[in-house]
Amino acid sequence: MPFIVEPQTMHFAAPLALQSGAAIADYELRYETYGKLNAARSNAVLVCHALNASHHVTGMYAGDDKSQGWWANMIGPGKPVDTNRFFVIGVNNLGSCFGSTGPMSPNPATGEVYGADFPVLTVEDWVAAQARLVEALGITQLAAVMGGSLGGMQALSWTLQYPERVRHAVGVASAPNLSAENIAFNEVARRAISTDPDFHGGDFYRHGVVPARGLRIARMLAHITYLSDDVMSRRFGRELRSAVAHSTNGYRFSTQDIEFQIESYLRHQGDKFSTFFDANTYLLITRALDYFDPAAAHGGDLTQTLARTQARFLLVSFSTDWRFPPARSREIVKALLENRRPVSYAEIDAPHGHDAFLLDDARYLGVVRAYFDRIDGGGA
Amino acid sequence: MNAEPITQTIAGLIPAGAHVLDLGCGDGSLLELLQQEKGCTGYGVEIADDNVLACVQRGVNVLQLNLHRGLAEFQDQSFDVVLQIDTLQHLRNAEAMLLETTRVGRIGIIAFPNFAHWPNRLSVARGHMPVTRRMPYQWYDTPNIRVGTFKDFAALARKNGLQILDAFGLHDGRRVRRAPNLLASTAVFKLARS
Repeated sequence: MPFIVEPQTMHFAAPLALQSGAAIADYELRYETYGKLNAARSNAVLVCHALNASHHVTGMYAGDDKSQGWWANMIGPGKPVDTNRFFVIGVNNLGSCFGSTGPMSPNPATGEVYGADFPVLTVEDWVAAQARLVEALGITQLAAVMGGSLGGMQALSWTLQYPERVRHAVGVASAPNLSAENIAFNEVARRAISTDPDFHGGDFYRHGVVPARGLRIARMLAHITYLSDDVMSRRFGRELRSAVAHSTNGYRFSTQDIEFQIESYLRHQGDKFSTFFDANTYLLITRALDYFDPAAAHGGDLTQTLARTQARFLLVSFSTDWRFPPARSREIVKALLENRRPVSYAEIDAPHGHDAFLLDDARYLGVVRAYFDRIDGGGA
Repeated sequence: MNAEPITQTIAGLIPAGAHVLDLGCGDGSLLELLQQEKGCTGYGVEIADDNVLACVQRGVNVLQLNLHRGLAEFQDQSFDVVLQIDTLQHLRNAEAMLLETTRVGRIGIIAFPNFAHWPNRLSVARGHMPVTRRMPYQWYDTPNIRVGTFKDFAALARKNGLQILDAFGLHDGRRVRRAPNLLASTAVFKLARS
């Protein structure tokens, strides 16, 4: 049964002060809502997206049956986060490229496209912008804020920036900050983009080109880190795309043609990505990831940092996730324990790496469902 | 398994309002009881997916951690009571976890099947490993990898310099204070660091 949804846009005239000291005014946020806000306005759940997703969390657009939202297995009527009970909000973050104001939008101050001049944003800035949207929707306290990966960082940041406005925080495959290895991967991706001759210092729109080569390589690299060695071996192994019958091992003996299936898969992912994702957005979002480190203001002491949270937490990690491994979630668990905060933590033994947070796993979806079933939405 | 009477008896040992860590908390029923009837707070630790789910369904805070890694997530003396109810017998690192239990908790309460209970002795005397209500497994499929007795445990506690605050047997829901090593199917110890 198709579940038809429609995106909406909200305009914000007043300037939003950013962590960098800059401000952004006259911006728009693209968002979607699912379910009904109850009379007490107490059943709202905000869903925060990760690097390459958007406000389109679930449902489909009318007349486009390939437009299923990115977390449709988690959120919707009868799903673990049941939109028959909850009013769910998906929002495209500021600086992203799916309808909210970002580097591709015109700068109202100059009339020109922002391009490289778009202000550098942080997770805290996103959360501040989300808070304005939530407020404008007439909601003073969220029943829950949830997200996976970078989305989980936003959920965590909500509990620190607006502790009294969040009853529950659900963070999946997340971390309290990026490791040096994570930053290193981001930097390779950024260099791939910024050294593409079509990048033009971020002002490629004016030249009518897109740094597609850089975007492709950034995506190929990132994609590797979202999978596990296991799952890659199982899906692709050493399989060749088209073996040459008369040759040893079937090799073509070419250094430039696609030989292995995994190469073909990665190139396909890179090509697809480069047609819809904005290069400046990629730089901005990876940088926001790098910068996120709420404990830094407390000398690196996460326990002291989380002392101000009031929410109840559910954290989930996946055993084969090497991008945000379980140990990173356990750091958050530990800091919450030391503050005697209510927290549950599921460490799912799943083979799919970081990507597991988007996939169907009965244990994972079951725990999230059980957790949301107990959240008091305050009646219809 | 006479799990219900064990739960009730253990609950009776825990002061109202205590901050409790339940290692191997199963489906979370003991913590739920402690929360609802004694105003306790705390967390359960479980490894099994179905038990983690059951705890979340009950509204009991549960942490899916592997006790074979110790209790690195927990600070010294950060809980009033740390429980190991029918957990010890599954732990490869039973001795290390005993020390961890009394490091993290001001009091540790440990309950486990007493292998020296007389029907077990009789069974071994007849040449077979016991299969009882309390230990309903065959020797080749038992999850109980640490089989010890009431007396063995007392000796282990003493060896590690732990103070035995109380120790008794449990059988058919009743406390056994006379000859518990012989007459009780379950051993219960209340310990603290000296």
